[in-house]
Amino acid sequence: MPKRTGAQIIWECLVHEGVHTVFGYPGGAILPAYDAMLDYPIRHVLVRHEQGATHMADGFARAGGGVGVAVATSGPGATNMVTGIATAMMDSSPIVCITGQVPGKLIGYDAFQETDITGITLPITKHSYLVTRVEDIMPAIKEAFHLAKSGRPGPVLVDITKDAQQASTEWAWDPAGVTLRGYRPNRPVTRADIAAAADLIRQARRPVILAGQGVIQSGATRDLLALAERIDAPIAMTLLGLGGVPASHPLNLGMMGMHGEAWVNHAIQEADLLLAFGMRFDDRVTGNAKTYAPHARKIHVDIDPSEINKNVRADAAIVGDLRETLEDLLEGLEAADHAEWIAYIHSMKGDAAVRDIQKLPDNGHLYAAHVINDIWRLTGGNAVVVTDVGQHQMWEAQYYHHETPRSLLTSGGLGTMGFALPAAIGAKMARPEAEVWAVVGDGGFQMTQAELATAAQEGVKVNVAIINNGYLGMVRQWQEFFYERRYAATPLRSPDFVKLAEAHGLEGYRVETRAHVSDIVERARAADGTVIIDFRVEQEDSVYPMVPAGADLHAMIRRPEPSVLAETGADPI
Amino acid sequence: MHHTLVALVEDKPGVLNRVASLFRRRNFNIESLTVGRTAEPGVSRMTIVIDSDQASAERVTAYLYKLVNVIQVEDLGSVPAVARDLALIKVAVGGHDRAALLRVVDETRAHIVDTGEQTITLEITGEPPHVDAVISRLEPLGIIEMVRTGQVAMRRGDTALSAAQYV
Repeated sequence: MPKRTGAQIIWECLVHEGVHTVFGYPGGAILPAYDAMLDYPIRHVLVRHEQGATHMADGFARAGGGVGVAVATSGPGATNMVTGIATAMMDSSPIVCITGQVPGKLIGYDAFQETDITGITLPITKHSYLVTRVEDIMPAIKEAFHLAKSGRPGPVLVDITKDAQQASTEWAWDPAGVTLRGYRPNRPVTRADIAAAADLIRQARRPVILAGQGVIQSGATRDLLALAERIDAPIAMTLLGLGGVPASHPLNLGMMGMHGEAWVNHAIQEADLLLAFGMRFDDRVTGNAKTYAPHARKIHVDIDPSEINKNVRADAAIVGDLRETLEDLLEGLEAADHAEWIAYIHSMKGDAAVRDIQKLPDNGHLYAAHVINDIWRLTGGNAVVVTDVGQHQMWEAQYYHHETPRSLLTSGGLGTMGFALPAAIGAKMARPEAEVWAVVGDGGFQMTQAELATAAQEGVKVNVAIINNGYLGMVRQWQEFFYERRYAATPLRSPDFVKLAEAHGLEGYRVETRAHVSDIVERARAADGTVIIDFRVEQEDSVYPMVPAGADLHAMIRRPEPSVLAETGADPI
Repeated sequence: MHHTLVALVEDKPGVLNRVASLFRRRNFNIESLTVGRTAEPGVSRMTIVIDSDQASAERVTAYLYKLVNVIQVEDLGSVPAVARDLALIKVAVGGHDRAALLRVVDETRAHIVDTGEQTITLEITGEPPHVDAVISRLEPLGIIEMVRTGQVAMRRGDTALSAAQYV
């Protein structure tokens, strides 16, 4: 067997795992690995902050369906990854983070740039490794990839001491699969569980399917639609589930939860059966769990057994892969007809469609909803949209109609501002042929705007739509609704984003009226490089409807009447 | 309500930390936690006593299974089980206290494991309530130091918990 250094083994393993792109930042404890990297077919993206590396790896994984890889040095390099790792954990995104660690003999002595990164990330990783011997590098990396992508995906951290990277050993790739005694991610679904669920489905008169990210991660779109059509059940979507079912499908009701449409939430509250597929009854989805769907029995299908009965008690539970489960369920289910129920749900739309801000005539004000809806129209709904967190995120979910899986990437669970720009860069590198838009707020964009330099250096083209309302908008909205309009620390002064773009050698535009939206969006789409558009939208607009945190799901704050909106041009609640 | 869980875990660095961290992170209070070897090399056994209801115990079990190094978990709250706790108790003995102490020893299956000039150290092993009872009898005599191992437990009967099926 040939001799290899630990540093070489790292890259040998990554190449064997199919990795061709990594996102990272060098430093002392990871230098041996960086030196060896030059001899391997790896594209390294130099980020401006390690948080950016983790979000890029995350966006890469979510857009492409593979595993994203981020690399950093010890100490601050590793701790800067924490937010990105937690983001990936909450949204079950498969990333592998490789960090350098001080030499083994210095561990525990507070050496320069030493930090206990496996300890720090313990609760926010699916698993982690501290590797101090060169022989342990390959098993750790192989297991890390296996863990990251199997079962319920998630982030895995591999911390490798500098001396382990420098040491040599006789080495050959071990093609054997990974088996771990305590890790059994794919339990076979039992016939009895399927039969119990099918029984509940047959008895249902008012069923609603709740489709989460599990639909996308298990590639279950086709089977889900087949089931929904067979049993004639409408589908409500979680934020992370958007795209898992085409928005244009007649059974797709739209998004549920805190900023879901009123009729969707009412349908859930009046349903007699919920079929929860790859979703976890997050508090932003249920509102007050005690009054949630009080008439409904619940079927919960999830690959993670710990999600069953966690937030909502299930009447029938199936632990396993969603696609396989749906296939099994389909076998035994007869066609059903719930036309009356579905018609009733649509009748609940009532004047909601009229209140839709899209229906407002152009009154000279620029609304975020207009901007996002125009981007949807002009991109034909075919773009990969990556959002940050806040009002623009919810408007995107409401007004960009996603037709395909992996076309919306957003930080749902952790709600990480600053996610969009780096994740969009990662997404573009996973799918170079895709049109990628980062839709961001003026607040979140400034958290990671340094990654513009990364986009410029790498020649990555993403379009950045800054929904600029001069506030930390969602917090301002909460202050307006719940804190008597006392705008503590939410007014936000931003740099000149057009000049910022130009400073990076990128194109930048400012749009202040709706009439100019189309023209500039088309210019951005046609440009070769990254383009930043500063959309100066209505400052005190709010996201409607809204279920206040912890309130009953049917207790929504509704959109104000359009006549009022049209007169004042502002948010009149 | 006390709930006893047994976990077979891989004997690897950091596993105790992962388990303990899980209870902290998920907001469960550990009453006692013991770790020791099993008959199989490389496999350790943890006995964890928590104050929780049945539903919470089920949740903890599910969370424990999420840990990659946890091979198997058994909830002893729902099956007949043998449980033992061991305490070493150092009691101050003046003149007339000595007779009272020896009476406690006689009546409670405690053993004297050490005697000093001013103290006697007892060992008591038994079901945790039995150990509690002995301690309350010794308290009037003056306990000056005490240590308890925390509970270890095993299912009664022929059914055995083993990691052998997961290799």
